[in-house]
Amino acid sequence: MRYSETGYQLEVDLSRGNIERIETDPKLTELHLGGQGINAKIIYDRVGPEVDPFSPDNLLIFGTGLLLATPVVGANRTIVNTISPQTGLFAHSVMGGWFGPELKHAGYDRIIIRGKADGLVYLYINNDKVEIRDASHLRGKGVTETATLIKEELKEPNAQVAAIGLAGENRVYSASIEHGWSSAARGVGVIMGDKRLKAIVVRGTKDINIARPAELWELTVRLRKEMCESDGVGDWMAVDEDDSFHHNHFSWGNSRMRRRNFWSPELEDRWYNLKYDNMDRQIGCYNCPKACINVISYPGRKRFGYKCFGKDTYHMAAFKELDFSYEILGVAQEYGFDSYSTPQVIAFGIELYEAGILTDKDMPDFPVDPGDRTWYLLEKIARREGIGDVLANGIYWAARQIGNGAEAYDHNSTKKFEQIPIKLGKLNPAYFLMIATGEKMAITQIEGSFPQDPLPTREEREEFVSKWDAVPDEKFKQYFLEWEKRNEISNERTCAIVDWNEAMHYIDDSTGLCAFVSSFRGQFGGGIAYHINNIPNQITLATGMEFDKDKLWKVFQRNRTLVRAINVRRGLRRADERPPEDHWAVRDEELEQKLLGDYYEFKGWNMEGIPTKVTLDELGLNYVSEDFLQRGILKP
Amino acid sequence: MSTELANQKVRNIKVDLDKCNGCRSCEIACSAFHAKPKYSSINPARSRIRVTMDLLNDEYVPIRATDYTKAGCDGRRTYTIRGKEYSECSFCGTVCPTRDLFKEPDSGLPLKCDMCEDEKEPLCVQACPRGVLTCEEIDAVQEEVKLDDMELGMRSLIDKFGSKKVADTYNRMTKKG
Repeated sequence: MRYSETGYQLEVDLSRGNIERIETDPKLTELHLGGQGINAKIIYDRVGPEVDPFSPDNLLIFGTGLLLATPVVGANRTIVNTISPQTGLFAHSVMGGWFGPELKHAGYDRIIIRGKADGLVYLYINNDKVEIRDASHLRGKGVTETATLIKEELKEPNAQVAAIGLAGENRVYSASIEHGWSSAARGVGVIMGDKRLKAIVVRGTKDINIARPAELWELTVRLRKEMCESDGVGDWMAVDEDDSFHHNHFSWGNSRMRRRNFWSPELEDRWYNLKYDNMDRQIGCYNCPKACINVISYPGRKRFGYKCFGKDTYHMAAFKELDFSYEILGVAQEYGFDSYSTPQVIAFGIELYEAGILTDKDMPDFPVDPGDRTWYLLEKIARREGIGDVLANGIYWAARQIGNGAEAYDHNSTKKFEQIPIKLGKLNPAYFLMIATGEKMAITQIEGSFPQDPLPTREEREEFVSKWDAVPDEKFKQYFLEWEKRNEISNERTCAIVDWNEAMHYIDDSTGLCAFVSSFRGQFGGGIAYHINNIPNQITLATGMEFDKDKLWKVFQRNRTLVRAINVRRGLRRADERPPEDHWAVRDEELEQKLLGDYYEFKGWNMEGIPTKVTLDELGLNYVSEDFLQRGILKP
Repeated sequence: MSTELANQKVRNIKVDLDKCNGCRSCEIACSAFHAKPKYSSINPARSRIRVTMDLLNDEYVPIRATDYTKAGCDGRRTYTIRGKEYSECSFCGTVCPTRDLFKEPDSGLPLKCDMCEDEKEPLCVQACPRGVLTCEEIDAVQEEVKLDDMELGMRSLIDKFGSKKVADTYNRMTKKG
């Protein structure tokens, strides 16, 4: 019997209309766990570097984390991977909600989608019954509207739906896949649209078996209660109304400008009222007691939900206030737009207009107010109309298509992807490495275990480390105790810190644990629910596979190296690993390159950032090293 | 009602809808508790409590499976509570043919909440740290006939296939040799 997983995956070829239920190899679970780990393995095996992202041979995979649908609290993430047309690399995306657990109860650990349908279709999964159905009547419909219509026509009120909106249908690069108030961003919605797949609808009523039931139950009942009561897990932004951190320190417009004194008590008070006057409740995801998502009913708008920095991105890009985000956010979500990249693309367009690079010819009747301009461009991009057709390809490609100096305004991309808009003074070594080498394309997907800043006094630092259960090694306590100035830390320590940060995300993205109860959250206070020392036990109890810290760490290394291997095979090299040039005002190329080289060495990669044969073979990735040798990527 | 019955207490679960965050831990707990062996499998479709959810309507209502009925009711009324429209079904725990809820997924037989009598509190209450579900004791209501799980299943089979067919099948299956 398979525990914690179904042991089957669903393979759908939309070109041929073929659907297969395939039994999977338990050995792969042991090597990669699930979620992104196995997704990466499948993409390495089946999507060669010659495959264009828009080719029918590109795969779109919805992989559930291994611990979904078990009692393990906060395990609810579905990881969506494909090859992104924006970066040409592995696209990484995660969504919460209830979709993944439902898929497992339907009897599948993942869905692998290949090919392209002739016309718009949706996939209906009801346990063993799987159908590709016509979706032409859903063309142009919003994501929640689509979900409602499908559930009504199938008479399946309990089904879970993941859908694309207008943006995905029109292959906008910043299109997301939306499910409830959760979304899968960063380059997957465009491929779902390219495959002409409007939605996936899942209904499942099968059991998921647990290897060591009583022990796991007892543990999770206790943890659920502790996590509910703890301030150390979940999104504190749901309850902390002081958001001066983002507004005073992050950049506004096209990652252009800091407004250090923006926040004020008067503003906080006003926004507090705006939020609570319009908020219905705060909700969570499947099997999680936290309530990170604010559900808002704004006058004249459809109800919507948001979490974290997602509430700030539109108004900060448009130099507006929270009411502007409340006006636009629900509409943008209904179109299926990623709320991180999209506002930046729009602000980039506005800047080009102000600089005279784009003119009234490109943007007829372009309004004056930055808010109206944001609306104007949102509509154009969603429909790929006029200039929207260019901006829909993301800042990097749009800048090169527009030319005429537009490239200089693309100042916040790494690996052709829009980064979180932050521009700072002095280099932070760990952040340099994370932005440079991260392959999940957003800093939020790599940072998170080691604090961002040192604490001012030795006493505070001692207090911090005294209850720091999450550390993989006692040495991290020492690092923190001795850390006084942000940029004064040895390369050796920086490498180990970045590696730990990255490790936890790779573990979460294979188990399906939410980053807010695990990888992202420990940096703020340290008292996190999940860490390298307690996750192995829960994997063991749920799956029956004996896991310990070292074995789990090796899974991280294997999955992480495999993602790098996919990207190396697609051409990623050291020269691509550069944070935006103006990310810090003060730069030191020599120091940065030394640090990057040291990190490559730490990771077991050569000076081009390519994993060496020894590293690959040690992780059991011999098939990768052989492939690399054959292709001349590694020299014998 | 006799004096004896009036003094008899039964468990009840109170629901505070405003506190529900849609996590469905109650469903997980119920299905785990009723699995054999205990906690050995998870399956919300087997749960005797379900959170009926409608995100667009901000509706999150945990309801418990109560009685089985062979006929659907005429309950098509809607109620608006604080601007949100609820259907009558949103609060109804009856297992009926109108909807796909509280039917054991393998057999289609009705499920019924048993209040986890041997436990200090029903498992769904234990698994709800947000305090949406709380357990209280209320006076028992006299019931004409109290059906147990098996009788309930039999009743629905009789309704579905007729008593003769059920009796024939029973006789055939229990025949010796």
